[in-house]
Amino acid sequence: MSGTARHDADASPRIDVGGCPLPHHDREVVTLAHGGGGALTRDLIERVFLPALGNPVLLRREDAGIVEIASEVARGGRLAVSTDCHVVQPLVFPGGSIGELAVHGTVNDLVMVGAAPRFLTAGFVIEEGLPITTLSGLVARMGAAASAAGVAVVAGDTKVVERGRGDGLAIVTTGIGIVPGGIALGAAGVRAGDVVIVSGTLGDHGMAVMSVRESLGFEADIVSDSAPLHELVAALLAACPATRMLRDPTRGGLAATLNEIATAAGVGIEIDEAAVPVRPVVAAACEMLGLDPLTVANEGKVVAVVPAESAADALAALRAHPLGRAAVRLGRIVPDHAGVVALATRVGGRRIVPLPIGADLPRIC
Amino acid sequence: MSLVAPFRDAGTARRLLAEIARTVTRPWRIMEVCGGQTHALVRSGIDRLLPTGIEMLHGPGCPVCVTPVETIDRALAIARRREVTFCSFGDMLRVPGTDGDLLGVKARGGDVRMVASPLDALDLAARLPDREVVFFAIGFETTAPATAIAARLTRSRGVRNLSFLVAHVLVPPALHAIVRSAGTRVDAFLAAGHVCSVTGWHRYRDLATRFGVPIVIAGFEPVDLLEAIRRAVVQLEAGRHEAENAYPRAVSEAGNALAQEAIAEVFEPCDREWRGIGTIPASGWRFTAAYRDIDAVTRFPASALPSARLTVCRSGEVLVGALKPDACPAFGRECTPRTPLGATMVSGEGACAAYWHAGRARP
Repeated sequence: MSGTARHDADASPRIDVGGCPLPHHDREVVTLAHGGGGALTRDLIERVFLPALGNPVLLRREDAGIVEIASEVARGGRLAVSTDCHVVQPLVFPGGSIGELAVHGTVNDLVMVGAAPRFLTAGFVIEEGLPITTLSGLVARMGAAASAAGVAVVAGDTKVVERGRGDGLAIVTTGIGIVPGGIALGAAGVRAGDVVIVSGTLGDHGMAVMSVRESLGFEADIVSDSAPLHELVAALLAACPATRMLRDPTRGGLAATLNEIATAAGVGIEIDEAAVPVRPVVAAACEMLGLDPLTVANEGKVVAVVPAESAADALAALRAHPLGRAAVRLGRIVPDHAGVVALATRVGGRRIVPLPIGADLPRIC
Repeated sequence: MSLVAPFRDAGTARRLLAEIARTVTRPWRIMEVCGGQTHALVRSGIDRLLPTGIEMLHGPGCPVCVTPVETIDRALAIARRREVTFCSFGDMLRVPGTDGDLLGVKARGGDVRMVASPLDALDLAARLPDREVVFFAIGFETTAPATAIAARLTRSRGVRNLSFLVAHVLVPPALHAIVRSAGTRVDAFLAAGHVCSVTGWHRYRDLATRFGVPIVIAGFEPVDLLEAIRRAVVQLEAGRHEAENAYPRAVSEAGNALAQEAIAEVFEPCDREWRGIGTIPASGWRFTAAYRDIDAVTRFPASALPSARLTVCRSGEVLVGALKPDACPAFGRECTPRTPLGATMVSGEGACAAYWHAGRARP
């Protein structure tokens, strides 16, 4: 067993989060009073949240944000709504932070049903004692991620919980997007013979977070793939309008996603172990900890089921985008063993890829 | 990755399979000792690609699996103590004792931490001077050196708030017990490569002669395993029984001298109970008298509780190769990784978990 442990010197989060919209005193921390709804709450909103997330709707500071969608609806668009709770330790990890995750997680869920993401709401549950500089930095990262994903945060709320009861920060985001008329992605369209594609390497996010966990930290150049997929998927759908369905392989990894697709569509899936793209450093880290890259989380990948005749176009469109350069054909949809994902191993064997049960535990040696 | 690529090569694997098929004339039962090897065989499907007649038996080399219920119960009792910060490898956290598992203790407020090395527990003890830090030291000859080194550092640094619950076990006595047992006929062993990288493989020569079975030191990649199986079959067909090293890139004749020296200073052999096998003479390590004050059993003597025997779980038979996981009536029904009846379904090295994760549960 190798690996170098990293440790924080005490329990209080001291994190370098990069940019910060307004200077604060270094040692200022969030207290229960910041959640009391009075002047301190307003102070926190004005100093931390509005500068990072502000937009005309939010800045009106009404009890609810009012947004215009009449023209999209008139063109046959439908609303897509998705919600996601975000917790991660540590709050900042190589390649991202809870701020980006809170945007990308929800935006990508919208994108998977073919929606153009438009608006987010955000709820922040803050643990007493979180340094305000840390909070500011995380919210700034969230604001930058929202801008990059083309979504506006139009409503929000904060609560403060007692020290020891909050794990630093939790962010809940709800996203609203518009599904253009004519787009109908879903399991019902999946057919035997269709091709299964993944947009890039697997396991980067999960192993990046694990590499900096206090108890397991190991030295590895692994960076989270956290990214918004709206442009990549727009390019895919433009090149391959007959795309059957999309899923993002987040928690539970590719194994969970493929099992969900097989079950939802009532089909079998056959994939080829040699085709599964895993960066060598991620594969090595997984081996060290006894984890299966197929079950490790991703935050910036899409699994697409496309008709066989458009698979080449779909792959070309994905590979033309920076987030899809490593896109590959994983396998295909088959008529037999409905609901079951089978994998052809490198050495010519075969095994079934079951739905992962829960969090995998790193092994002993 | 380029280092291991040749050992996963499909062409080499096919050639070895063909050679094994050409060589074999009679049925043989070959036991891979280590749980890591079991997982590699099942994940790559090699055990089903072998010619009919060659049956792979899965051995006891899963340290989590062979740790007896009494030891896990003692760990649970210590971990529940208010003053204790209990450190364990990840796959021990979900192994059921008589009354729950370590994750359950943690969920109810116990301070249970997952660590990757006993040295992490040593660091934790320095950072938490007001806590009694306990490290659950399990594993074969592979993990024992790290425990020994952590124990030495505990002594040399004068750390007073760290102790070790030692459950280390040794491979050769277990092989002996399996050879002697009436229930299993093993024609050849694939020895655990990583264990041999610590101990060296010289002593396996004697064992092969004494047991009258070939012992091939094997690695963990598909090609490593196939080459080791091929060598075992060649010996069996020729009526030979010798020790051979088919994992020379990791295993030397003499092994790791520094690791052996650390073990010899800190530990002495003792009789130890193995789950499913019973007590095997001189099959475990305990602290020598000089280190006994950092033994958690000495420090928390009142923590032993009567343990109940789990009767439905047949992991004992699985551990000695007498029962295939998918032949157990509970497999995939009452017993899954979500509701494990025994450790072999929990650990990353357990044979039942290997079968389950390769989708060998009955529909």
